[in-house]
Amino acid sequence: MRKQFDRYPALHGVSLDIRSGELIALLGPSGSGKTTLLRLIAGLEWPTTGSIFFGGDDASGMDVQERNVGFVFQSYALFKHMTVADNIGFGLRVRPRSSRPPTAEIRRRASALLDLVQLSGLENRFPAQLSGGQRQRVALARALAIEPRVLLLDEPFGALDAKVRRELRQWLRELHDKTGHTTVFVTHDQEEALELADRVVVMSQGRIEQVGTPDEIYDRPNSPFVFSFIGEASELPVTVANGRVSIDGQAIDLGAAGAADGPARLLMRPNGIDVVDERPGTIAGDVVAVRRSGGWRRVELLIGAGRHRVEVELPIDGAQALSERLHILPRHWQLYPSEAS
Amino acid sequence: MSTAYSWTWKRPSVIPGFGVTFGFALTYLSLIVLIPLAALIVRSTSLGWAEFWHLAFDPRTLAALRVSFVTALIAAVINSVFGLVLAWVLVRYRFPGKRLIDSMIDLPFALPTAVAGIALSTLYAPNAWVGGLLAPYDIKIAYTPVGIVVALIFIGLPFAVRTVEPVLADLDKELEEAAATLGARRLQTVLRVVLPQLVPAILTGFALALARGIGEYGSVVFIAGNIPFVSEIAPLLIVIRLEEFNYGAATAVAALMLMISFAMLLTINLIQAWSRRRFGHAV
Repeated sequence: MRKQFDRYPALHGVSLDIRSGELIALLGPSGSGKTTLLRLIAGLEWPTTGSIFFGGDDASGMDVQERNVGFVFQSYALFKHMTVADNIGFGLRVRPRSSRPPTAEIRRRASALLDLVQLSGLENRFPAQLSGGQRQRVALARALAIEPRVLLLDEPFGALDAKVRRELRQWLRELHDKTGHTTVFVTHDQEEALELADRVVVMSQGRIEQVGTPDEIYDRPNSPFVFSFIGEASELPVTVANGRVSIDGQAIDLGAAGAADGPARLLMRPNGIDVVDERPGTIAGDVVAVRRSGGWRRVELLIGAGRHRVEVELPIDGAQALSERLHILPRHWQLYPSEAS
Repeated sequence: MSTAYSWTWKRPSVIPGFGVTFGFALTYLSLIVLIPLAALIVRSTSLGWAEFWHLAFDPRTLAALRVSFVTALIAAVINSVFGLVLAWVLVRYRFPGKRLIDSMIDLPFALPTAVAGIALSTLYAPNAWVGGLLAPYDIKIAYTPVGIVVALIFIGLPFAVRTVEPVLADLDKELEEAAATLGARRLQTVLRVVLPQLVPAILTGFALALARGIGEYGSVVFIAGNIPFVSEIAPLLIVIRLEEFNYGAATAVAALMLMISFAMLLTINLIQAWSRRRFGHAV
């Protein structure tokens, strides 16, 4: 499947290839255009310019009805006046007479789908009698009933509490592996995107920032935005000269071969920093706060003349006497050239 | 489910003031509605059964009642259909003059009904503008029951529009989008997804328009022609009996109208309560 856009007010020159059978996440903060992109794929919005391809077919001129996409809305949008079975069978019952399965067959398919989403026996309930997680699964079953070419989920777990969310997440992954539908889901939760998706599309302000597997996105973010959106991050302003990194004129032991000379931003994660013995080439900082965070200890450091804040995560039982001054060296880090201001 | 606890006046609730508000509601309703109506019933029972029977089932009375209820029903049905269309246009589309049309909907409320009746009869009389156009085809509107229906449509329209409008405006757009993604054509979406949600509101508008139509007097008397057995409505018959100082007959017709109206409105209310449950609204 291939889609191209140019210049949509909410999306600027977005182009994305989605492979058949893939589970893909559109990740971004609110207002990044991820829901707009999803609605464009579904045909609920029209691109100003550009086109959308399903396989080899140009779908740009197709109505929503012809596109045959399964769309699950954030609010589920279940038909309140229909039973669960009627909701699921809706897409089949509205087909033209020539392709409409007989009533008994629709009924049977609805029951089979209810089994698939593990809600067997709830055929005759009304949506108002279901819990949030159950409604979510009915909405999914309704979307699957039309045997869609692609399944689109808008913030599928947005309205659920943390525990149900976690369960449904695993369940959705299993369901995807079982049915093999090409699936695109929108989320603002990076943990959800990284855990669930084959590939993650990070979006910001109507642009695609990066497309890649969760490992690529987490380990090699291509911009400071992606780096800090995908997980916690601390930043230090540094200078690069001849492949050497230095802060406040003091060299740091980081190989930066190939990095452009000049001012740069060094980004690192709290769990990617080691505390080391004092020696040349490390970064020294003053401890200003130590907090307990789950099974870890969080140390907050102020570094250099600019008093830049850096957080370090240390194991709780690391019997390091936390002196007032620590020396650190990032294990996982990225260098980005500073934007010319 | 459980019938373990005994029946009480009200279920326990954290909202205070049930006694005060319920008492007030009952007193108010009594003063405004129940006592006048009870007086009417008492007055008509003083006639004695035989005489009441005789007056109530007088052929002229029955004919007038039939004209009143049949025309009111037809007008309410027509209003429900076209009121829905009007509400749809006003809610769903943006067009120049929308505000103007929106405020015109309420005009039948504000206009003295006699003015409406006179205006309609001068328009629909056989020698008038619209009536003249229809006269060659032998279609008469004014001075027939059709004229009554026209007047009642005019009077009842605001009810049908105003009850549906807010509900339609609040409908979740995503439901229609969901239906579209599932392959439903526009008409299927409207019939299977949108209309069922509007049923309770449409019924409310229908009931209000019907009730208004049954009791309407001012506008109808000018256009109806008031021919006994043909286009004479029950409220007019009451006035005629009053003018004859035949108070017994007047109250008998009134009591009968009251009972039929109450039975109809109660039925509509029950259907509505059922449809609310059926169509998933909170009860």
